[in-house]
Amino acid sequence: MAGGIKKFVVGSFDDEAVLFPAVKNVRKAGYKIHDVYTPFPIHGLDHAMGLRETSLHTAGFIFAATGTTTALSCISWIFTKDWPLNIGGKPNFALPAWIPITFELTVLFSAVGMVLTFCYLCQLSPFIKKHHFHARATDDLFVMAIECTDKTNDAELQSFLEKAGAKEVNVQVAETGWWIGRYDKEQKLYREEKGY
Amino acid sequence: MNHQFELPSNYKKWTWGLIGAGAIALLYGIIMFHPFAAPAAHGHGGAHEAADTGTRFWAVLLQNSVFWLLVVNAAMFFICVTTMAMGAWQVALRRVPEAISSVVPILGIVTFLVLMGIVLFGRTDIFHWLDADAVKHDKILNGKSGFLNPTFFTIWSAISIFMWWFLGKKMRTLSLESDKNGQMDYATGKKWIFKNTVWASLYCVFFGLSVASTIPWLWLMSIDAHWFSTMYSWYTFASSFVSGMSLIAIFIVYLKNKGQLEFVTEEHLHDVGKFMFAFSVFWTYLWFSQYMLIWYSNQPEETKYFIERIGTAQKSGPYHALFFVNLAMNFLCPLLILMKRGAKRNWTLLTIMAVLIIVGHWIDFYQMVMPGTVKSHPSFGIFEIGMPMLFIGLIMLGVGKYLTKNSLLMKNHPFLKESIIHHT
Repeated sequence: MAGGIKKFVVGSFDDEAVLFPAVKNVRKAGYKIHDVYTPFPIHGLDHAMGLRETSLHTAGFIFAATGTTTALSCISWIFTKDWPLNIGGKPNFALPAWIPITFELTVLFSAVGMVLTFCYLCQLSPFIKKHHFHARATDDLFVMAIECTDKTNDAELQSFLEKAGAKEVNVQVAETGWWIGRYDKEQKLYREEKGY
Repeated sequence: MNHQFELPSNYKKWTWGLIGAGAIALLYGIIMFHPFAAPAAHGHGGAHEAADTGTRFWAVLLQNSVFWLLVVNAAMFFICVTTMAMGAWQVALRRVPEAISSVVPILGIVTFLVLMGIVLFGRTDIFHWLDADAVKHDKILNGKSGFLNPTFFTIWSAISIFMWWFLGKKMRTLSLESDKNGQMDYATGKKWIFKNTVWASLYCVFFGLSVASTIPWLWLMSIDAHWFSTMYSWYTFASSFVSGMSLIAIFIVYLKNKGQLEFVTEEHLHDVGKFMFAFSVFWTYLWFSQYMLIWYSNQPEETKYFIERIGTAQKSGPYHALFFVNLAMNFLCPLLILMKRGAKRNWTLLTIMAVLIIVGHWIDFYQMVMPGTVKSHPSFGIFEIGMPMLFIGLIMLGVGKYLTKNSLLMKNHPFLKESIIHHT
């Protein structure tokens, strides 16, 4: 439950063409963007937000190398030490025959490993809950959460966001980390939202 | 910005230098190797007998002409595939593969002359199935004679080269015509794109019938006339396509260095690099599939191909080292070096890798042709070095001509804007 409780100014946009310059201006003004939640992946938004390159592919490489090593060491131990078999008069150390299995295990390890790493990086897991700044971020709104520090002037920031084109601006005090809980039991529906 | 390219004097100097050096090597080959004399009887050339130098002459010419022709032809395949997939990213750089594919008629004629030379001079040392007497008595050759005979060989080779030229020419004409008129409106643009798609799909269908199946069977696999592999054509295609992408990358980097192709960014280079990476892996997949199935089933008539190259457990063959260097150059290096995103976006590194891949696949073709022709007497001298110089010179000549004659930007292509803002 790392993170702690912080104060945010949240602006919701309904157009990505408005969102991009807004992100740029907010950063230029020196505010700290906590995150931007969008209904679908937006090309280039990570660059605009100044996020660092993901390390997911490095993790993928490590998982893949683990898979290759696991396959090769396991098969070679079984076929040369543990239980040597004469198959079609081939040598016990029959590398070409092992390549497909090695390849499969490499792919399996990297695929499963990367999915799990991705879930970990996004803090996605069953029975884990995170604060949602706006329920419609999964539907049709682009939601930008800006972290407030001691020096941030809320009112100024709110009018700044409105000027940048936000349809809805509010202040939220929220837990940034995760906690144990379930969305399906505690979720409000859209149609109960104000203004739906 | 003016998209008209003028050839620097250095480029011309290199072009004519390479062609000159190649022509001298060719002359040297004609004088020294007696290529027009009757070949030594096939099948009797044991290890103790010196190889017929005429064999070497025709084998080297066959290897180089087929390799470079398939490489430049792959550039048009790239255009057609991206056109059919409605790919917009290639528009900013499309004149480069177009220029490369414009060399197809030149190299096509050269290749056809070489093939006809082999047939007319009865080089049974290159294509054993040319020997009418042997075909009569040989069950396997006889069984294949409906396909492997001089008449069909000549006709189908001619049709293939003509169709590559004709369909490619159509694509290039469509592209050049778009430069003459102004911006297309929606209806004309749609019609023009549809026309492109139709011709591109015709090209691809014919490409499948020729490069991806029959042509490698006829031109290369029939050297080992008793042997056959269902992977062979795809394997050859993968070789030529990955080299073609590398050649495109080299010309893009060259033009970019000369301050041209202003809309081509590292985003476009990244995509070209992805093709180089992906098709290197694809080539390995086919290489390995062919190798493993033959290794596994261990049938004498199939393993013969690899025994000629690698040798046996007791005695390694003369191509042993080359065979595995080939794998390292064309698989391990691209896999490990081009895997990282940064490597595909690095102009210098991608150029080095492109050169490495082209050299690697040239070696691949070398080990496809040589073991079946010059047998266990591989040689590497002035002639083997001179021939690729001649063909590279010819490619540079044709590409230079196309690039200077036409604008480097398809300024009226409906997808141009999408290509300019391309982002990976």
